Amino acid sequence: MTPGAAGLLTGPGTSLTWNIGSDISQVLAFHFMVNAVRAGTIIAVAAGVIGWFMILRRQSFAGHTLAVVAFPGASGAILLGLPAAAGYFGFCIAAALLIAAAPRSQADTGFSAESAVIGTVQAFALACGFLFVSLYKGFLDGITGLLFGSFLGITDSQVLTLLAAAAAALSVLAVTGRPLFFASTDPDVAAARGVPVRALSVVFLVLLGVAAAEVSQITGALLVFALLVMPAAAAQQLTARPALSLPLTVIIALAVTWLGLGVSYFSVYPVGFFVTTFGFAAYVLAVAARQAADRLGRRPRPAKIAVSA
Amino acid sequence: MSLHAALAAGNPVTGIGHMLALPFELRAYVAGTLIAAAAGLVGYFVVLRSQVFTGDALSHVAFTGALAALAAGIDLRAGLFAACVIFAIAMGALARGGRADDVVIGNVFAWILGLGVFFLTVYTTGASATGGGNNGGSGVNVLFGSIFGLTAGQTTIAAVIAAAVIAAILAIARPLLFASIDPAVAAARGLPVRLLGTGFLILVGITAGEATQAVGALLILGLLATPAAAAQRLTTRPFLALWISAGIAVASIWAGLGIAYAASSIPPSFAIIAAAAAAYVITLAATTITRRTAHVQAAPATGPASSAP
Repeated sequence: MTPGAAGLLTGPGTSLTWNIGSDISQVLAFHFMVNAVRAGTIIAVAAGVIGWFMILRRQSFAGHTLAVVAFPGASGAILLGLPAAAGYFGFCIAAALLIAAAPRSQADTGFSAESAVIGTVQAFALACGFLFVSLYKGFLDGITGLLFGSFLGITDSQVLTLLAAAAAALSVLAVTGRPLFFASTDPDVAAARGVPVRALSVVFLVLLGVAAAEVSQITGALLVFALLVMPAAAAQQLTARPALSLPLTVIIALAVTWLGLGVSYFSVYPVGFFVTTFGFAAYVLAVAARQAADRLGRRPRPAKIAVSA
Repeated sequence: MSLHAALAAGNPVTGIGHMLALPFELRAYVAGTLIAAAAGLVGYFVVLRSQVFTGDALSHVAFTGALAALAAGIDLRAGLFAACVIFAIAMGALARGGRADDVVIGNVFAWILGLGVFFLTVYTTGASATGGGNNGGSGVNVLFGSIFGLTAGQTTIAAVIAAAVIAAILAIARPLLFASIDPAVAAARGLPVRLLGTGFLILVGITAGEATQAVGALLILGLLATPAAAAQRLTTRPFLALWISAGIAVASIWAGLGIAYAASSIPPSFAIIAAAAAAYVITLAATTITRRTAHVQAAPATGPASSAP
């Protein structure tokens, strides 16, 4: 099924009008769209918050790898006849533990062993996904859905699963948030103060895996990274204060997801395209706004959180 | 199929003879060998220069470039190489102090992938497409490769480009190694460090376009990062590691194509990446054991067992 099918299903009644209220009520007239908006809201909050820490910790590559691991997870679960959610969460968490076990990179120069391991995990995971799809005959139509997402046909129980996983991940993050922030901005001082930096790093990677598994159920495995990286990157351009940029991240993530869902409902093009485009637009606008503000001299220092690389 | 498999299992020489008698197998071996050698050589420097994430980004850019070309009705490879090389030049221009910011790369490629989904939709639903009704598989072929689908003309072009990449990387290997390991000293000695970096990224872009034809856009990292990671475990001598990396990449292609021939339900892309990942895991295990025993022998005070050689 493509998002374009939504237009066919609903007939001539669905057209964009100038009345935003009636547009929104059109979108929400169908239960599957209500569920899509509910699921989108849950994943936008979870991905925004966890993505904010991902940017802070410079773990974009690990985040992207965990995101694509969702693809073999889902296709493997379908091949074995298990619920797809089990595959999503199982594979993403397993890959998070695998990456956590990878050797740390030594200095700034020299061989980046850690990223080579992450790259190997990623390529092998994607290859496994392709194998599972090939072994499961007649599934090649579903491959695009798994990779690029489909917000149609989200059931009530799926929304509940998403909600439970997001609540669990966010409450773990709420407990570990303060030491994690400390360990992320200055690992050496944090370790000296007795903060368990290594353990926190493993916990965070698992949280990142949970977030990736959540998001990939809507946006598809390949576009998860957009929701993880774009809102947080935009927010961190706009303000250096963590207490401000974290809520801002969530707001941008929600706006991008809702807009993406709404616009793709009226369009033949997939939701992933709109979500990434709106997210990228938010990032570009944030960069432009910051540069304009810098030029006007209102800010004495660059609005970027200082991270010791 | 089962006859071939039986032959391959019974008498390896006869099996290989039968396999190479098939023109598409022979083409896959010729193109695959040169592409793998190029990817192994370039990949060593990718890992050495900590640019695995850029390689990851290129895998998505390759997809979008190929799909954009298909949507526009021109040769897929024109879009593939154009997108990869333009992105490589842009990354070289964005790089400050040697490499571009992960967050910037992440934002850009997440959006480019979204564009790729857009082109996929345009291509699969568009009336202008020439392919008729079976356009749906093209996206999958770009993502996961179709090395057995290479025509004679495509094989020749792929082999010539791969040979040119190999010649170019070997020509700049020595100064590039110097500039990668110690950019400051290399610049002080008068080496054009920035130019080398950009030239290298263009080579990475061309290699990504080549590897897309062999194993698919999503699995590029398996040929770029994995052999290099294994080679780096085996030796610290850079030029030896460079050759080992190319050797492992070529061996992975050979093994993968052989496995795909013997077991026809396994796609060649998966077999190639699985062979590369297996090479890495075996190297990791072997070097870990060797280092542990060497460590025990080096420490005489650990116990009575240390007196044994």
